[in-house]
Amino acid sequence: MRKSYPGAEGVVEVLRGVDIDLAAGGTLALTGESGSGKSTLLHLIGGLDVADGGTIRVDGQEITGLDDTGRAALRRSTVGVVFQQFNLIPSLTVEANIAFQARLAGVADAGRLAHLAQALGLTPHLSKYPEALSGGQQQRVAIARTLAAQPKLVLADEPTGNLDEATASDVLDQMLKLVRDTGAALLVVTHSPAVAARMDRQVHLSQGRLA
Amino acid sequence: MTWAALTALLSHWRRNRLQFVALIFGLALATALWSGVQAINAEARASYDAAAATLGESQFDQLVPRAGETMPEDIYVLLRRAGWLVSPVIEGRFDGDTGRVRLVGLDPLTAPGAIAPVGLDGDTDLGAFLTTGVLFANAETAARIGEAAPVPVVVDASVAPGVALTDVGIAQGILQAEGVLSRLIVARTQPMGVTPLETLVPELVRQPAQEAGADRLTDSFHLNLTAFGLLSFAVGIFIVHGTIALAFEQRRSMVRTLRALGVPLRTLVGLMIGELVLFAVLAGALGVVLGYGIAAVLLPNVAATLQGLYGASVAGSLQLRADWWLSGMAIAVLGTGFAALGALWKIATMPLLASARPRAWAVASGDSARRLAVCAAALLIAAGAIAIWGQGLLMGFALLACLLVGAAFLLPGFLRGVVGLAGHRASGVVGQWFWADTRQQIPGMSLALMALLLATAANVGVSTMVSSFRVTFVDFLDQRLAPELFVRLEDAADSAALETFLIANAREVLPLMSVEIEVEDVPSDLFGVRVGDTYREDWLFLADTANAWNRVAQGDAAVVSEQFARRAGVWIDDDITIGALGVFPVAAIVADYGNPLGQILVSEQAFRAQFPDLIPLQFGVRSDDPEALQRVLVETYGLSEGAILNQARVKAFSVEVFERTFTITGALNVLTLAVAAFAILMSLLTLAAIRVPQLAPVWALGLTRRSLGGLEVVRAVVLASVTTVLAIPLGLLLAWVLLSFVNVEAFGWKLPMYLFPGHYLVLSGFALLAAGLAALWPAWRLARTPPSDLLKVFANDR
Repeated sequence: MRKSYPGAEGVVEVLRGVDIDLAAGGTLALTGESGSGKSTLLHLIGGLDVADGGTIRVDGQEITGLDDTGRAALRRSTVGVVFQQFNLIPSLTVEANIAFQARLAGVADAGRLAHLAQALGLTPHLSKYPEALSGGQQQRVAIARTLAAQPKLVLADEPTGNLDEATASDVLDQMLKLVRDTGAALLVVTHSPAVAARMDRQVHLSQGRLA
Repeated sequence: MTWAALTALLSHWRRNRLQFVALIFGLALATALWSGVQAINAEARASYDAAAATLGESQFDQLVPRAGETMPEDIYVLLRRAGWLVSPVIEGRFDGDTGRVRLVGLDPLTAPGAIAPVGLDGDTDLGAFLTTGVLFANAETAARIGEAAPVPVVVDASVAPGVALTDVGIAQGILQAEGVLSRLIVARTQPMGVTPLETLVPELVRQPAQEAGADRLTDSFHLNLTAFGLLSFAVGIFIVHGTIALAFEQRRSMVRTLRALGVPLRTLVGLMIGELVLFAVLAGALGVVLGYGIAAVLLPNVAATLQGLYGASVAGSLQLRADWWLSGMAIAVLGTGFAALGALWKIATMPLLASARPRAWAVASGDSARRLAVCAAALLIAAGAIAIWGQGLLMGFALLACLLVGAAFLLPGFLRGVVGLAGHRASGVVGQWFWADTRQQIPGMSLALMALLLATAANVGVSTMVSSFRVTFVDFLDQRLAPELFVRLEDAADSAALETFLIANAREVLPLMSVEIEVEDVPSDLFGVRVGDTYREDWLFLADTANAWNRVAQGDAAVVSEQFARRAGVWIDDDITIGALGVFPVAAIVADYGNPLGQILVSEQAFRAQFPDLIPLQFGVRSDDPEALQRVLVETYGLSEGAILNQARVKAFSVEVFERTFTITGALNVLTLAVAAFAILMSLLTLAAIRVPQLAPVWALGLTRRSLGGLEVVRAVVLASVTTVLAIPLGLLLAWVLLSFVNVEAFGWKLPMYLFPGHYLVLSGFALLAAGLAALWPAWRLARTPPSDLLKVFANDR
């Protein structure tokens, strides 16, 4: 994959020919220094951005040629993204936030939602609004929201980057368990060697290339 | 998917109810002011239309007596025999149970179809109408007639207010005017080869269609009301724009999340448009209901004002007319669309992966301020260019728009300049912080302050215009109603004797003689005046030559009205040809507000020489003791009380009418300022959330919450004061444009502009009070912010 952006001093090549694959049920850590292209790669795989060159195939579907509507459909039902900043909807309750993506994808299942909430320790907080939760709790809601839609591929961008060490470890444990239960693939972008070590494979990006 | 996305979008309003209230009420208030004014206008216009439809005024040419009030019925017979398709009309007044009613007698068999009342087209018993007699009147007039009805009354809503219609023969009987008619309506198409009217009936004058209607007289009033309605709506739209911009700004991250989770951009934009249309319809409906309330309260005063000013009858009760409530709904939806256009465009073009940092108050950026200043300069230059070179009514409104929007865009820069200057001069540490903090708040409050600027300027402008109108009109009445008494005769044979008696008993006697005539292609009234002290002392000229009255008295010159001068394209010293009287130079121009006809004054001698058969039936009488003279005229001379009109009573009534006009504009003033205060309140409440992190450090450094709350009120009043300083000259410019540009383009006469510093002081006081009151609640909330909330600002987990 190739991707470049216009910068203050001309065009910046962020990804310079990256080739990567991840099997169903597998987990992969993507590491690298700031500006190495980790998040860009994750955005391209998630259909949030469009590559300049190369091919991306998710669950057998070629996504590089998709238009905006096609990419939106991909994000709704095939790929789930867990953001570093949680990106919860502040005006919806925890319960509505968890159910939200599943409702968009048309796969909302009350039993599964309850199971996820219980597994992530969110049951007592279902009627609260995100602003009333701690950072760790908000990240759990974001994970529950993603997994409730039963995506084939889960992408997590620094999912524990905003959390303290103990909370981060706890959240990661729960996420890995739940992802493995669903059989989805998990790609985690992280700076943390501890988080990377928990994945099946690790790849390192440096200056837009795999090291 | 659509439903889930819509739920998420709508949840924002559930969690931000204040914003929702601001949006709905801001739009509703704007619509209410607009539709309230429109309702009054629509109602008044419908009344004129009813009058025109039932009386044939403005639709058909009419033949009226060249002199006097009536004509013999034989003239009608003569014209019909000569082949002319004319229809007789008699008019008069009779006493009902609770007031006088204008009685109009028509001939349904010869009247042009469009002017017959609706009742005659349907099931009405035409035989009864023609023989035993039936009066047609609307419900209000029927109630006024009550038991005093000489013949049965049929209620018909299409009949003009204050009018009863009946057959011409029945009307002659009721008015005790057998054998006479008031006028003849001339059908639009006439047989070929009929003898010309001038030959057949030289004693009649033909009034062209649309010259007799009341609507031209009242258009000025309606134009002013419409301008006020538009300005009020503009104030409301500023609120809606501010609220929508803030709501969209706060939802940027939500929109990005929704898109990241798979909602297509097109769906999102579509949902947002649908959401806004729904809100606009809701708020529009609420606004129309409120507008109906405003109109219902104000309409009786408007009706009385129009009746008093122009003699136009307007029903005092309001009907729910489709045209104005539909226009109210339409303007609510269009206004919302206009206000939301920028915000929607930003959402539609926002990249999915742009920084999630909220760009609260886009106008805060330096770029926006510079763009606004450039726009303001361009608009004000355009306004100046239009003022110098522009012509036509459309240009007048373009000038108003450029001026108002340009000044509104100029406001943030002006405020920053003034506040920055104050900051430089501040010495104490709290003072320095206060001014710096105030400067920081300007972007967030600028939309609300623009609304206050427009509201205050509109009020100053409209007050100046109405007050100038009042002063001018009262002066005009003083001049036209200078005689203390007006005496009217029924029989021309008594004229000479009465005049002799009056000359012996009064200071000055002014016979009132006029004919209708066309001069320089302008339909006009020609007056023969006895030039004396009254004309010399009381009549004020807009422009004159030396010894103007002496020249008129000597029969060497004429005085003309401003309307005549503008329409004929003449001014002082120009010559005009007055029919057979010959050529007269114009010695002076007088104001004659509201009269669609021109007015020409020549000396009594010149007039009598040309119209020797015209006997004066009315006299203006100057007297040092009018009460005594009135008694003598009744008791000694034997005139009836009704034949004498006391000028003081007429003037008092006219002044009372103007006071009613003030009630309307006063009520609209208060409402517009209330809307602006609402804008400030909503801005301060929505800013309150971002104020906590700004104020927490100052609180931590030692200022009490109470002091901080107090300073918030002071800040609002300071910003409102600076805004008002800009609003007063802007309002005066607005008044100048309305009086000297729009009025001339629309109606052909210019109103002099007077200044009323006292009014402006009171209006400024109201504006500051509105701003102070609007700031009280947010300040109180701030003063009661729990310390724990202030401490959160410093907490790591925030």
